[in-house]
Amino acid sequence: MREFSFDAVVVGGGAAGMAAALALDSRGRTVALVDREAGLGGILLQCIHNGFGLIEFDEELSGPEFAERIEEGVRKSRIEAFCAATVIDLEAAGEEKTLVCVSSSLGILRLKCRVVVLAMGCRERNRGNIRIPGTRPAGVFTAGLAQRLVNIEGYLPGRDIVIIGSGDIGLIMARRMSWVGCEVHAVVEILPYPSGLTRNIVQCLHDFDIPLYLSHLTTRIYGRDRVEGVEVTPLENGALVPAKAFEIPCDTVLLSVGLVPENELSKKAGIDINPATNGPAVDSTMMTNLGGVFACGNVLHVHDLVDFVVEESRRAGGYAADWLDGQRPKAEARVKIGANVRYVSPGRVDLARENKIYLRSLVVKNDATLEVRLDKALVRSIRKNHVQPSEMISLELKPGELGAGSSRAEPVVEISIR
Amino acid sequence: MTCITCPIGCSLSIEREDGGSLVVTGNRCPRGAAYAREELLSPKRTVTATVRARTVVKAAEGGGGAELPRRVPCRTLSAFPRERVGELLSLLYGIELELPVERGKILVKDALGTGIDVIVTRSIA
Repeated sequence: MREFSFDAVVVGGGAAGMAAALALDSRGRTVALVDREAGLGGILLQCIHNGFGLIEFDEELSGPEFAERIEEGVRKSRIEAFCAATVIDLEAAGEEKTLVCVSSSLGILRLKCRVVVLAMGCRERNRGNIRIPGTRPAGVFTAGLAQRLVNIEGYLPGRDIVIIGSGDIGLIMARRMSWVGCEVHAVVEILPYPSGLTRNIVQCLHDFDIPLYLSHLTTRIYGRDRVEGVEVTPLENGALVPAKAFEIPCDTVLLSVGLVPENELSKKAGIDINPATNGPAVDSTMMTNLGGVFACGNVLHVHDLVDFVVEESRRAGGYAADWLDGQRPKAEARVKIGANVRYVSPGRVDLARENKIYLRSLVVKNDATLEVRLDKALVRSIRKNHVQPSEMISLELKPGELGAGSSRAEPVVEISIR
Repeated sequence: MTCITCPIGCSLSIEREDGGSLVVTGNRCPRGAAYAREELLSPKRTVTATVRARTVVKAAEGGGGAELPRRVPCRTLSAFPRERVGELLSLLYGIELELPVERGKILVKDALGTGIDVIVTRSIA
């Protein structure tokens, strides 16, 4: 067993982890970056499509290009990267933390530190999570797994594809499977509207004449050894109409039915989870209930742009450095989720400084108004041309706007959409 | 058609006037009008794909060593005429690339005479 000591250890070497580690490094702190894969970059390496970097680099890049640009910064820094090492335990004894890692080349590692940044990203929901009835044949994949097989490992998961769920990953995979010579027979979505962006509906489905069945549920998967088809049933007024069910023959089913933050390590360490985001509950500095343990990126809440992940994680790394310097939040207010808002992250704001907040709408709406109230008094009202659940909204609250703070012992900032 | 320039997704209508010029309505900004004309007359898409990597199999070393990816990602440097995407993909799928390779390397210069280059998007050592 080997033991090392650092000021901070970042768990996860994707965009979030690299950005947080760089922020800590720039403040003169010693940082270890741990990832279970053979190299840094995370999920971006399999996202070979374009559309990344418009905010961060002011140009449109593919995932691997975005990852490599950030990784170049890591290589120039003093950050020590431990790749092919999996963190299995986070032990906290007061301010002292130990991360227990296993690595096939180094054996068991114990990384001692005062600050931990959790940046493990998320997992895909799978067939078990959405309970599709039927047999259990080969040929059912999550969209992200299929993406890795096709884009990195060079395997085709099948030939005749049905995609369940119209999230952006599913749509991007519909185009990818078409471009690698497969036939995508349908995208099946339970909701009455697509979960992905309109531009992806156009570029990934319309361009290939792939039918999108909205308000339809996959009610059965057929096949003994290999998938032979799916049964799809329409929903009318919220009820299944079995009389109108139909079959689509296929040999492969790809699931794009949502992401869940990767919480195994966090839960085991006793970190509280926010039920609205499914990620750790954090204060205005993105610190969890374990002092000195921070969270950022998709492990905190699922983002739609990696540009936002990097921005958020850089701030989390900065807050972690502040914490090491002895700074603590002064005048925090709880954030209340108001009308038409699905979640707000983080769940607390600091009334004494500028706060950057990310939130998601619960509704699709044009000409909406975002309202911020401090102890029920309206302090800010922002016009939004368009809001929808799949578009994350960012909001900056300046200290002046939150006034001289609140006279209440437990101030509440409420954010709502009208 | 639905405008895909930004997430609002305006519903656009296009009509040909008597003079032959195209009139776009329904757009909330000038980008919508430009998009509608281009989408109707010569639609373009950025193409991303992978090419085969020629890898040396290090079977003797056994487990533990990092396995190299078998595909190298690439993309067109700008949007490519949509009707010729199939031809471009056939060209790319025929390429076998020797590793190591550097990000930004031009994989295909002036692809199919369009003036558009295809570049490698990941460095693989």
